[in-house]
Amino acid sequence: MKETTNTFISSVTPEDRPKLFWVLNDAWEMTRRSIRHITRSLDQLLSLVLFPIMFMVLNRYVFGGAIDTGDITYANYLFAGIFVQTLAFGANYTTINLAVDMKEGIIDRFRSMPMASSALMVGHVTADLARNAISGLIIIAMGFVVGFRPNANAKEWLLVAGLALLFTLAISWLSAILGLLVKSLEAAQWIGFVIIFPLTFISSAFVETRTLPAVLRAFAENQPLTHVINAMRSWLVGAPMENSAQLAVIWCLGIIAVSVPLATYMFRRKSS
Amino acid sequence: MAQKHAIVAKNLQKSYGKLKVLEGIDFAVKPGTILALLGPNGAGKTTTIRIMSTLLDPDGGQAFINGYDVAEQPDNVRASIGLTGQYAAVDEYLNGRENLEMMGRLYRLSLQDTRDRAHELLKQFDLVEAGSRTVKTYSGGMRRRLDLAMSLIASPPIIFLDEPTTGLDPRSRMTMWEIVKQLAKHGTTILLTTQYMEEADYLADRIVVIDGGKVIAEGTPDTLKAKVGSDRLEITVSKQSNFEKASKAINEKDVKLDEESRTISIASKGGVGTLKRVLQKLEDGKIDVENFSLHRPTLDDVFLTLTGHTATKDTEETDKAKGKK
Repeated sequence: MKETTNTFISSVTPEDRPKLFWVLNDAWEMTRRSIRHITRSLDQLLSLVLFPIMFMVLNRYVFGGAIDTGDITYANYLFAGIFVQTLAFGANYTTINLAVDMKEGIIDRFRSMPMASSALMVGHVTADLARNAISGLIIIAMGFVVGFRPNANAKEWLLVAGLALLFTLAISWLSAILGLLVKSLEAAQWIGFVIIFPLTFISSAFVETRTLPAVLRAFAENQPLTHVINAMRSWLVGAPMENSAQLAVIWCLGIIAVSVPLATYMFRRKSS
Repeated sequence: MAQKHAIVAKNLQKSYGKLKVLEGIDFAVKPGTILALLGPNGAGKTTTIRIMSTLLDPDGGQAFINGYDVAEQPDNVRASIGLTGQYAAVDEYLNGRENLEMMGRLYRLSLQDTRDRAHELLKQFDLVEAGSRTVKTYSGGMRRRLDLAMSLIASPPIIFLDEPTTGLDPRSRMTMWEIVKQLAKHGTTILLTTQYMEEADYLADRIVVIDGGKVIAEGTPDTLKAKVGSDRLEITVSKQSNFEKASKAINEKDVKLDEESRTISIASKGGVGTLKRVLQKLEDGKIDVENFSLHRPTLDDVFLTLTGHTATKDTEETDKAKGKK
């Protein structure tokens, strides 16, 4: 603007680095951006803290007296279900945040740049992991407040944490696909609910699957959330494991293997 | 593709279903010059920019940026351009400096270059103090400036500006204009779209007028304006007798008379020569003037002359292009 100095013309050239360096650099830049969005948005911070508390308290006291879970107390039974539901909702932020990027037009800016195609999604997904790590700790603390008494040892706690992160990763990448598909912010907000609510209700999250009608039971016993929940429940309070842990890991890895390349491809997909 | 043109569009075509948005657009931009795509909403301006910036595939035709084929070498194209869209694409939750530094790294600048460039640009664009504030607190003009600064961080040889001043107040508009002029002066090639004749006139070396997805005229601002007609001086006198006196007194080349409204319209080449002569004659003849105005050709006049319809027709194109996916 000032006539005297024309520094905006000063010439710079890209740094010469291996391709992998830039893929990681771009992922880091986008991660830093997404993390700043969490820490600088009061809405996001509030929902991060309030949702898990609300889910835990409401479910524990509303359903707690009405549901018979046999040898296990309801607080002990419920914990894994609420834990996984909270993680699933937390992982849905990638859908919403991608829809926001699209609405603000910044996604077009990123698409017109020579950056790695995966970076934007990696950023949002990593932010989901950070968000879920915090939500997860709050849920665990709330669990203890409402009567959750796990008997897990250190190794089992580590397994729970590992599966929680793997599950978040899988759902977040799936959310990335939804985020790149939806046409509006409103759609991004409801689509997560429409998918996550049925998936958690028709699972072992709140009731034992054997109490469900045949069709629902068949679905519930063969969907990934049930396996993730059962594996965690077994590690935490000693409920029967069967082969839930293996199936949970296979499901998560399978989802990741499909959704990462698909979302990365979709980022560069052009308008028709 | 010959390097003598920084930007080349060859027979670009694009339709959405039955709606033909681009029906064979051709133009070329020489390095270091400004080309304005002038046209109304729905003419295909945004669609053209989206194709050129690798966001959209054309149905037919080719585009070359900095010698690279948009379809074949999109990464080379992306490394050669800066894009500033119609809506400031900045990150609201980051501050100005963070926005710039993020861009610098994504454009593969070294850490040192990124920091230096961010600092330079903040200074250059009058955003030093705002640099540490989140963009949420910025005014519209500040956002646009930051948006443009972000496009410039890697000093790309080619810049696309999609309606860079739409919605800006007059002062911010002037600031943007000065920045764009200086960029071109220092060798950056600029393709901009606008709905304003005035903007194209002020900034562009060449103007391509598009309407309904076709190029309907092309040339320097002066040749285009000559096609439309010149500025006109319009004088309305107060009485019928004055009208007759005035029409005899005013002895200019291209005069149009409208007896009903007692208006005399005189072609003017700008400057004060005609104005002075005409006023002198009116004063000498003691003729009362009721109204006096200088009428410049507007985009509407350009369109009326070139197409037979006015520029203010809306089609779905811009929404289509933006609603996208």
